[in-house]
Amino acid sequence: MTVEQQYRYLYKPAVFAASLVPAALLLAGALGWFGQDLGADPVAKLLHTCGKTGLNFLLLTLLITPARRLTGWNNLIRLRRMLGLFAFFYLVAHFTVYLVLDRQLDFHSVLQDIVKRPYITIGFTALLLMVPLAITSTNRMMRRLGRRWQKLHSLIYLIVILGVWHYWWQVKKDIRQPLLYAGMVAVLLGYRLVIRTLNRARAARNAHAVTSTSAPATAQERT
Amino acid sequence: MRRHQPRRILPSQITPEAAYLNRRELLAAALASGALAALLAHADEAAPKPDPRFSFIRNPKYSVTAAPTSFKDITHYNNFYEFGTSKEEPAENAGTLRTRPWSVTVGGECESRGTFAFEDLIKGLPLEERVYRLRCVEAWSMVIPWLGFQLSGLIQKLKPTSNAKFVQFVTLMDPKQMPGESSEVLQWPYVEALRMDEAMNPLALMAIGLYGQVLPNQNGAPLRLVVPWKYGFKGIKSIVKINFLQTQPRNTWNIATPNEYGFYANVNPHVDHPRWSQATERPIGKGLFAKLQPTLMFNGYENEVGYLYKGMDLRRNF
Repeated sequence: MTVEQQYRYLYKPAVFAASLVPAALLLAGALGWFGQDLGADPVAKLLHTCGKTGLNFLLLTLLITPARRLTGWNNLIRLRRMLGLFAFFYLVAHFTVYLVLDRQLDFHSVLQDIVKRPYITIGFTALLLMVPLAITSTNRMMRRLGRRWQKLHSLIYLIVILGVWHYWWQVKKDIRQPLLYAGMVAVLLGYRLVIRTLNRARAARNAHAVTSTSAPATAQERT
Repeated sequence: MRRHQPRRILPSQITPEAAYLNRRELLAAALASGALAALLAHADEAAPKPDPRFSFIRNPKYSVTAAPTSFKDITHYNNFYEFGTSKEEPAENAGTLRTRPWSVTVGGECESRGTFAFEDLIKGLPLEERVYRLRCVEAWSMVIPWLGFQLSGLIQKLKPTSNAKFVQFVTLMDPKQMPGESSEVLQWPYVEALRMDEAMNPLALMAIGLYGQVLPNQNGAPLRLVVPWKYGFKGIKSIVKINFLQTQPRNTWNIATPNEYGFYANVNPHVDHPRWSQATERPIGKGLFAKLQPTLMFNGYENEVGYLYKGMDLRRNF
């Protein structure tokens, strides 16, 4: 099997199935299957689990780049789109639960929430920002957008920050969990910052090296 | 809306077991797909048999007619940070709390200062059952058949002086028994207080049980406050100290986040929490499609307690 086939027939289906596990557990809980239930406040359970799972998938997409660099498994990139789309799937589900089960389609109160409550404003903004990313996730769109695709998709950094902020702000008092997420995001984004700085420094050094190679003779003469 | 019930009802009839069981059997037979089950969450939790050691009757004057939340949900969906900050942790962790022997220390502006054994403290105070609404500040609600005595009776027994303007309650401080107290999520021990006239209102209850049972640890055993017109966090649990004070003390959630939680914490659909609306509430235990209920002023107890706050700006005194 070529690497391409391995991904196509093994890894991708496996990741796809694993990504559906949280949804399957919630569904089983909602329907009372396999002894699962959603507890005393099933709406809150659905809402929070979807939101957190979406956030987890966002972090996973951000983990791909460092993982490639650190392990050398460059083909991991083939899984990133799927992970990103699952993040979108769970966050749309999160919003749908809020709209339909929590607010019970009371659009007035939803609108009020979005305008008046900063944590909802932030979360809603993050979700809206994900829409163009999901739409432009096809191969065709990637080709069509060319270099602009990369630029557009760097929105993910902003989205994940807004996502954690949204989580942090709705917690009553115990911020240990959101703090953990903020820490993970800081590491994942910080990693990129460090790499970029190092690359720049190396580029500068190389540039310097190039200019200094033009005068090795003089340097030798001097010694 | 509170309606008066014409006849007395035995505690054993609160949630007729047969009703639940019948429903359960019907369901089991009828359920071809599991889809319906979601609509009927928690239909299977029968009410426990009342503890025969208690003798009491339900007080219909102070009981709502709405069906109580299931015993399972009342005892497994709790905010009791002394045992963890999730809703499930109190039921899991509260086993470490030792409620016998238990004593309560009374201090401040009163004649009966001193430390009392729990049994002596409650001696002679008539037990009754009251089915109260509970509205959590997090916008969910329950209906709970409490077993307890009127706080006013206890206060009279403790003989506060005319200097006493507030009554303060303090929860047990012992991280060995209450593992959550080793975290710094709140300032421990938990403290709460009422104005004297609030405390003397007949609705203010000291609970020692629910559903005719000894109060489960996770619900604040052995002694807790129940003030149904206020948000749930005013109902301080596992009380070890009662102090009569001249000036208004601060309460735990107010110390933690003063812009979000005030001293009064009266249920009020018109004054939102800074981060969420208080206009509606989600009833616990009614499944995924439970309809949101409009939250009532003073949680529906306006006739009983409205006079306490006449002329006060409830937007400022939230």
